[in-house]
Amino acid sequence: MSQIENIAKEASELIKKYDADYIEAHFEESASSHISYRGKKLDSVDSSRSIGGNIRAKVKGGWGFTSFNNPDNLNRRIEQAISQAKLVSRGDIALAPAEAIVDTVLLDSDKNPFKIPLSAKKELASEYNDIIWRTPGLQTSVVSYGDSVKKSIFVNSIGSFINQERADITVYLMAVATDGKEVQQSGISMGSRGDFSRIRTLHPQVKEMADKAIELLTAPQAKGGEYTVVLDPVLAGVFVHEAFGHLSEADFVYENENLRQLMTLGKEFGTKELNIVDGAAVPGLRGSFKYDDEGTPATKTYLIREGKLTGRLHSRETAARMGEAATGNARAVSYRYPPIVRMTNTYIEPGTATFEEMISGIKEGIYAKNWYGGTTSMEMFTFSAGEAYMIRNGKIAELIRPVVLTGNVFETLKNIDAIGNDLDMNEGGGCGKGGQFPLPVSNGSPHIRIRHCLVGGA
Amino acid sequence: MERILEQAQKVAEAAEVFMVSTEQTPLKFENNRLKHILSKQSQTVALRIIKNGRIGYSVTTDIDDVRMLVNSAAETAAFGTEAKFAFPALGDYPQVSVYDPGIEAVSMEQMAKLGKEMIDAVRAHTPEIACDGGLTKSTTSIKILNSAGGSAGYRSSTFSMGLEGTVIQDTDMLFVGEDESSCHPLTDTRTVTSSIIRQLDWAKEQAEAPDKALPVIFTPSGVASALVSPLISAFNGKNVYEGSSPIGDKLGKAVFDPKFCLKDDATIPFCPGSRPFDDEGVATRCTALIEKGVPVAFYYDLQTAGLANTKSTGNGARSGARLPSPSASVFVIEPGTTSFKEMLSDIKEGLVIEYVMGAEQGNVLGGDFAGNVLLGYKIDNGKITGRVKNTMVSGNIYQVLKDIAAIGSDSKWIGGSFSTPSLYIPALSISSKK
Repeated sequence: MSQIENIAKEASELIKKYDADYIEAHFEESASSHISYRGKKLDSVDSSRSIGGNIRAKVKGGWGFTSFNNPDNLNRRIEQAISQAKLVSRGDIALAPAEAIVDTVLLDSDKNPFKIPLSAKKELASEYNDIIWRTPGLQTSVVSYGDSVKKSIFVNSIGSFINQERADITVYLMAVATDGKEVQQSGISMGSRGDFSRIRTLHPQVKEMADKAIELLTAPQAKGGEYTVVLDPVLAGVFVHEAFGHLSEADFVYENENLRQLMTLGKEFGTKELNIVDGAAVPGLRGSFKYDDEGTPATKTYLIREGKLTGRLHSRETAARMGEAATGNARAVSYRYPPIVRMTNTYIEPGTATFEEMISGIKEGIYAKNWYGGTTSMEMFTFSAGEAYMIRNGKIAELIRPVVLTGNVFETLKNIDAIGNDLDMNEGGGCGKGGQFPLPVSNGSPHIRIRHCLVGGA
Repeated sequence: MERILEQAQKVAEAAEVFMVSTEQTPLKFENNRLKHILSKQSQTVALRIIKNGRIGYSVTTDIDDVRMLVNSAAETAAFGTEAKFAFPALGDYPQVSVYDPGIEAVSMEQMAKLGKEMIDAVRAHTPEIACDGGLTKSTTSIKILNSAGGSAGYRSSTFSMGLEGTVIQDTDMLFVGEDESSCHPLTDTRTVTSSIIRQLDWAKEQAEAPDKALPVIFTPSGVASALVSPLISAFNGKNVYEGSSPIGDKLGKAVFDPKFCLKDDATIPFCPGSRPFDDEGVATRCTALIEKGVPVAFYYDLQTAGLANTKSTGNGARSGARLPSPSASVFVIEPGTTSFKEMLSDIKEGLVIEYVMGAEQGNVLGGDFAGNVLLGYKIDNGKITGRVKNTMVSGNIYQVLKDIAAIGSDSKWIGGSFSTPSLYIPALSISSKK
């Protein structure tokens, strides 16, 4: 994988010669493979390879961007990006200061999924599918394994030349049960930053998932309404990502005076026990990296400390606009898109409560685990549990159908009244924003308890 | 492309080459102003082979690297699925117009002007609104050839415009939005702006949210946000073949309300979801899926049709670097005869649901939907009295669409590949925060 290095070198010289406030270029070479089983049969095996690049130029406060697969004629691409930026030109965009960085970050050889033969990946997928099918009464199943290795080179007109490699692995499993009238499903989503061994030992979870699909057929549905809910670390991770993470992305706030006031640093969002962090500098996770896609070094940012708003996620542009420092959160899902403000690894720091303490005082509540998905409008968020139980008189009671929870961020974070001591990270799925999906991120939390949470139901 | 096919045929008994090239120009507005102009060129070529009866597949953006492409397709074929189809002869396609050359002539300046016009119109109504949005024009060229002989290709164009507005008062946020797309260049911004202004008018007051089962009207965008995903999943031939579709064994049986009719039609001229043939070179067609409440067909690609012992309906689609699989092309829920006004005046207490957030996160396969009513209005005595907040709706499409009080005459396109009228449901579970 070195085809792009020569092109990047050529571009890094070229972009210095043009008359623009700022120019940057990304070049990317990636390979991916995918294996899936559906039902008892192998469904598909495929592989892909992609080479491409982009030019982004800023002139008088306007941005122009061109992306391409064919790297010939770089001059013309640069000129096009500049002319587009000139057409926008509005005269008021600054960028937070940055230093020229020249660095190379190579993949650890034990975190390269392409060192694992395709046959071993297929073997693992088949092993998991066999486990699923040992549960009697299932209708069908999905096992989907995907991996990718990406080399990207970032150059800009102030002299940066950053060469980074990264790998990503995702696994998605689902079991489907039916009794002839209804269909119920149960799923698991996992991932790692290229470490195959991390997804090699899911056998017990896979078995549990398959059994769950059958049990759900006879499980009752919760009655809709307000409940005290306890979330497991996986679902609480999705909750913190949706309910607060997206609101912390400064590109949502920076241009809007009303929102800036709403998100003034120091504002109280939760109790003293609540601490929320985002950072790509937290090592070894799916959202970890050394430099973001604007060449800013990764950091670790406290979004909430002791219940108060203390930070937010920035690109160079949003940081300059708000007079704060860039946090290394400008990311693009591929060379086909410009970088925008994104999360990396987002989590609630552990507190002191044990799980038993959390549920002991609850007369009627819901224990929600695992996840299907989540989404946000900033003020309102929803997220859905993959698995749920009633809590009755301080004890976990019957299994219920998966629930969807919703809330208002400005109230719900304050309603977190217990934070567990058992932080765990969720590395499944991917994040979508502005048409860019799926971006590798991770999120996590200890068990948390939320009062007055709205649950959909019959 | 010919060279790829030639090389592939040396290692496999059958082969197919599929190429997509796209040129796209998006203009993006942020907080009421033009912010970013992008131009994107992309090209991918996919090789599918059948080697020793097994499918191999590889995709690349590097069209010159023939050897790599052929080798990786051969590598995956060693592990691949058994092929249950033969590549079709290419040709003999319906005439489906999806390209308007007029789109090439639309300048970035003209697009910028249209964007400004949209924002000005909405701000003239509500000055404090913050609008994000944009316009995109794109052209796509598709080519396919296979070892069964022949080659085929077509060109398509798309033009879309859309706007999302946010109104903030303290911690209260109101979100409104609309978009429109066509194969023709769009020149009139009023479809988008009049819809947003209507939403702003209806949402002006806040109404108390109910907490019980009540009648609801799903507007076309409400239908799209809550009810369509389970339908798309239920009629997918792959889910039917695997037995995970709740209606897989119910062809010819009354499942839905007798007023409810649904078809998949990729032959509608100048509709962005239309095309003369699918991504496997099979001619597209209009397939009736539900007639008078009775499921009458499912949609298939070649491989799934082979497994299920039926024929492809021209619904093979490639997403990303994946093998073709069955995919809905243009879903159309047939309009009824009741006007929106008539539906409204029939309801003493209920909701109009314009957008449900997160409805597709649950057991979609089983037909469930549940989510936050991000944009919805209270009905009291036949009139809209304001917007509701902190409200959830949930249900299951096999119950909700079994008994439909009325189907609207107000059909509308959502996103270029789905058309639906409003649906009036006699009772739906609503939960809200006190």
